[in-house]
Amino acid sequence: MKYVLMFVETEQFAKELEAMGELERDAAYEAVGRWFAENSDKITHHTHLAPVHTATTVRLQRGGEPVVTDGPFVEGKEVVSGFAEVEVADLDEALKMARSWPACPIVEIRPAS
Amino acid sequence: MTEPGPGQVSREVLARVVREHAGRLAASLMSLLGDFSAAEDLVQDAIETALRRWPVEGIPDRPEAWFFTVARRRGLDVLRRESNRRAKLAQLQWPAPAQPDDRLQLIFTCCHPALSRAAQIALTLRVVCGLSTAQIAAAFVVPEATVAQRLTRAKRKITQAGIPYRIPAADDLPQRLDGVLAVIYLLFNEGYLSSTAERAQARDLVDDAEWLAALLAGSMPNEPEVTGLLALIRLQRARGLARFDGADHLVLLADQDRSLWDREAIGQATALLMRAARAHHRPGPYQVQAAIVACHAEAQRFDDTDWPQILVLYDMLLYLAPSPITRLNRAIALRYAKGPEEALMELTELEDLQADLERYPLFHATRAELLRDVGRPEDARAYDERALSLTANPAQQALLAERLNWR
Repeated sequence: MKYVLMFVETEQFAKELEAMGELERDAAYEAVGRWFAENSDKITHHTHLAPVHTATTVRLQRGGEPVVTDGPFVEGKEVVSGFAEVEVADLDEALKMARSWPACPIVEIRPAS
Repeated sequence: MTEPGPGQVSREVLARVVREHAGRLAASLMSLLGDFSAAEDLVQDAIETALRRWPVEGIPDRPEAWFFTVARRRGLDVLRRESNRRAKLAQLQWPAPAQPDDRLQLIFTCCHPALSRAAQIALTLRVVCGLSTAQIAAAFVVPEATVAQRLTRAKRKITQAGIPYRIPAADDLPQRLDGVLAVIYLLFNEGYLSSTAERAQARDLVDDAEWLAALLAGSMPNEPEVTGLLALIRLQRARGLARFDGADHLVLLADQDRSLWDREAIGQATALLMRAARAHHRPGPYQVQAAIVACHAEAQRFDDTDWPQILVLYDMLLYLAPSPITRLNRAIALRYAKGPEEALMELTELEDLQADLERYPLFHATRAELLRDVGRPEDARAYDERALSLTANPAQQALLAERLNWR
């Protein structure tokens, strides 16, 4: 089955990342790189998003002009920072991958087709 | 053993026969069709037919063959447009191919952590124990439509999210087993805490919880916590008769008529617990809770209770599974082992640490009891009133109201 893992950052996590020294941050990125390498046979596609302050949202109105606003579609303390599309047997395998994710503290798993 | 004939099929017998066969049928249809929802619908349909017809016609000699035939016929009917599955079902003859008892897989799927706890409970009751939607609704005093919706959503999620139908891998198993045990324990508590009057009309969840624990213990003999839970349930049940008086009022442990306790069942459950503990040396919260209940159950009179031993077990339980409720229960043991003043101090400390206990009726009831013990009945009254305003359970309400009226 195909699933998308959505990696969700929290304010707390962003602060921690910012507070890190260069060495520490490098080690964190390395851990992420290792995770992608170890799971490369299951990952079909992945994307890392630019920070949320770069987001622009377009709201299409029936019969009216689309409204363009600065910022994400929903303001919140938790924002999606990336995606990985994976091909695994079932939810348990997807859960196993998510459990070993070494970076941001929340991962949402959705079946995809 | 002959089943009662038409017109005299008791609710208990009906429940027992359905429970024995529903899960097995669901498991074989599940392996055959590979679709949880479709298999479950067929089983539920067969159960509903049985619940309608058996009270009138009597229970058939071979209920499993009867269930199978009804489900198969129904399946051929509803799967008309799904030629692949229909063909599989059409080839299937009774007796169904011999296979190991795969109800364990069924339990793990129903209790998957990707489902909400409420859905896990409803699904387990329905799929593994064979309760109808109406029976589940009655047992939890919620509208039938709510249960139906919960079940539909859960089944849809199992299919669409790819929740597997198998026993979890070894590295996942301890955690997943904890989830299954939690579901059984919640079921047991729900049934055990409701009074007999409430239960008269509903199917007894305590029966289902014990049956599930026994099924699990039979399939997983090397998991002492499973045996611990089974022993815990049996030890509690062995004292069940003494928990309510003739007027359906809750009777406190100290006031219970211990001659109503089933000493034989207590002895057997204690022996079961000891065997599991000695064979594995892997203590866990259910084994320790069962040991605490066994300590109470072994005392011939309330005054014979080995409180120091119970206190030691509570310390162990707190270490294995820290929880404010356990600390509250420990405070009660402390009252008898060391005195009410010490227990009151413990409650004050606990309250500072755990503001949530403010909403827990037994916290206030315990404090009231302790205040009476130290000769402060007026202070006690205020806490009894608090407790009364917080509980929804009629038997507990009655007990607290009685205290307010009499003391």
